[in-house]
Amino acid sequence: MLEIRNLQARVQDKEILKGIDLKVNAGEVHAIMGPNGSGKSTLAQVLAGREVYEVTGGGVLFDGKDLLAMKPEDRAREGIFLAFQYPVEIPGVSNMYFLRTALNARRKYQGLEELDAMDFLQLVKEKAALLGLNEALLARPVNEGFSGGEKKRNEIFQMAVLDPRLCILDETDSGLDIDALKAVANGINVMRSPERGIVIVTHYQRLLGYVVPDFVHVMSNGRIVRSGGKELALELEQQGYAWLEPEAVRA
Amino acid sequence: MTAAVLPIHELRDLRQAAKERFDVLGFPTTKNEDWKFTNLAPFLKTLGAQAGSAEPLNLAAQPFADLRCPRLVFVNGRFAPELSSAPAGVKAGSLREALDSGGAGQVGRYADFEKNALVALNTAEFEDGALVEIGNGCVLDSPIHLLFVSTGGAAYPRNLILAGRDSQATVIETYLGLGEQPNFTCAVTELVAGDGSVISHLKLQDESTRALHWGMLRVEQGASSNFTSHNIALGAGLARNEIAAVLAGEGAECTLKGLYLATGRQHIDNYTTLDHAREHSTSHELYKGILDGDSHGVFHGRIIVRPEAQKTDAIQRNKNLLLSRGAVINTKPQLEIYADDVRCTHGATVGQVDQEAVFYLRSRGIGLAEARSLLTVAFTGEILEGIPVEVIRSRLATAISARLSGLGS
Repeated sequence: MLEIRNLQARVQDKEILKGIDLKVNAGEVHAIMGPNGSGKSTLAQVLAGREVYEVTGGGVLFDGKDLLAMKPEDRAREGIFLAFQYPVEIPGVSNMYFLRTALNARRKYQGLEELDAMDFLQLVKEKAALLGLNEALLARPVNEGFSGGEKKRNEIFQMAVLDPRLCILDETDSGLDIDALKAVANGINVMRSPERGIVIVTHYQRLLGYVVPDFVHVMSNGRIVRSGGKELALELEQQGYAWLEPEAVRA
Repeated sequence: MTAAVLPIHELRDLRQAAKERFDVLGFPTTKNEDWKFTNLAPFLKTLGAQAGSAEPLNLAAQPFADLRCPRLVFVNGRFAPELSSAPAGVKAGSLREALDSGGAGQVGRYADFEKNALVALNTAEFEDGALVEIGNGCVLDSPIHLLFVSTGGAAYPRNLILAGRDSQATVIETYLGLGEQPNFTCAVTELVAGDGSVISHLKLQDESTRALHWGMLRVEQGASSNFTSHNIALGAGLARNEIAAVLAGEGAECTLKGLYLATGRQHIDNYTTLDHAREHSTSHELYKGILDGDSHGVFHGRIIVRPEAQKTDAIQRNKNLLLSRGAVINTKPQLEIYADDVRCTHGATVGQVDQEAVFYLRSRGIGLAEARSLLTVAFTGEILEGIPVEVIRSRLATAISARLSGLGS
């Protein structure tokens, strides 16, 4: 599904990704861990098409298509979803209107008929109930005045409504209390399916206690330095990141 | 500023004095500090002496002509009874007729022309306008719509709105231009909000880009009255809107909200004055502008707190979105505070569409142009959502979306 080959990227003159290789198949859950500054969030952003990062080498195929040649909106329409580490507040645009516009943009791209307001409402209520999301949040402007936990839940909710084929979660677990963490984990588990790939970018092992990954990768200084099964996360939990190259940890 | 009652009571004398005053003052120039950013001269040249077109009016295609409520229509400054429908339960009609039969003695009592040349010009030249008298304790369910249509030439509408004690009403003033001819609108509205009244005023200005529009709303507020203004400027080549509210009674509350949208070479100037004259008065002001092309916006927000006006609470904000490199905004707060126990804050912002938000929308599959347009429309939400009449809110939202969809690209 997703094939990253020797991906290199920089922001201004600073090299951040120094050659990433990663393959994600449908049905797999991958966790990407690593200390702050290792480049794991940058990887997530580059895949979603954030323009501040300049790709300087390598390539990414999504279902055999050149992902890096696509505009951010086309990546989303192809089925990539990035749950933001810091979801953006958008005053004046209701969650409902925003999501319906997004969903219909994708349906139109796929050659499907747009959902009318009634069908959309039905879908949204279903997904909100599934994730235990407070329906009052739907009528409110996107993320405006939401608590940290509400914002992260809203990301998972958007993911459920948009039904992507590849979910990339960027530090979705950071700053959550245990109830919010469980809610987010439940949302991810609900989304887990043989047709979907999931990439979880996280600093901590905490979330992985609830969402058990198939593969764990450790990033340091712009590279994946180790890959393994779910037991690697536990190992990291015990050892921390200190065993990585000292200059990489400081970076 | 405070209710300077002129020593002249006869209308004829008042108008003669106004004419003489205008002859002394002349049209304002950019040498006048209050007109520093707005130059009338090029527009005045194009106007000439042409009269309004005699073509029959086609109002049906105008989204703001029929607002599903009683309306008084004025064409080129003259009352058009055949297009009007009188509201029930309130005295509303031609100011001219009222003056001819010896009424409406308050005309000119509030809008002072001593320092304001265009108030002088209007006072000297007006032919007609609306007189609306809302009795004490009268609560109007339906808004009253005052519609001013120009087909070319000069018009000087003059309105007097008298809202009695504990009354409640919504008054809408709409200014539209029809046809191809340049026109000049010079309008003055005097509005008295009696003690305890709750009055909402909405002005929609959508004249043609060949228009020079100047309008003054002079509000006199009684004790514990609550006045709200929504001032929406979409049209005219050059528009200047002045609002002067005097919070003359204790505990008066005034909310001024404005939205201006300019593109091409449009120039839109808002000059507001909030005069806190008594204790415990509150004002909230929020003006938002969206400027594209080579347009020019001006916001001048003056707040006066008189020595008697202790415990005043005044908040003023002006936010602007510039969609192009050629667009310009001049924003200027002017606080004159003569009391010591007050809270007055002001702030102005000028910016572009938030790039973080644009990326967020795109990452969900919304295209770049649609993301920008959605965020620009959202910027207007804070003003539109407070408009008390649903039909206007939705038609304005539609008109604004249509206008913004082509901008900033």
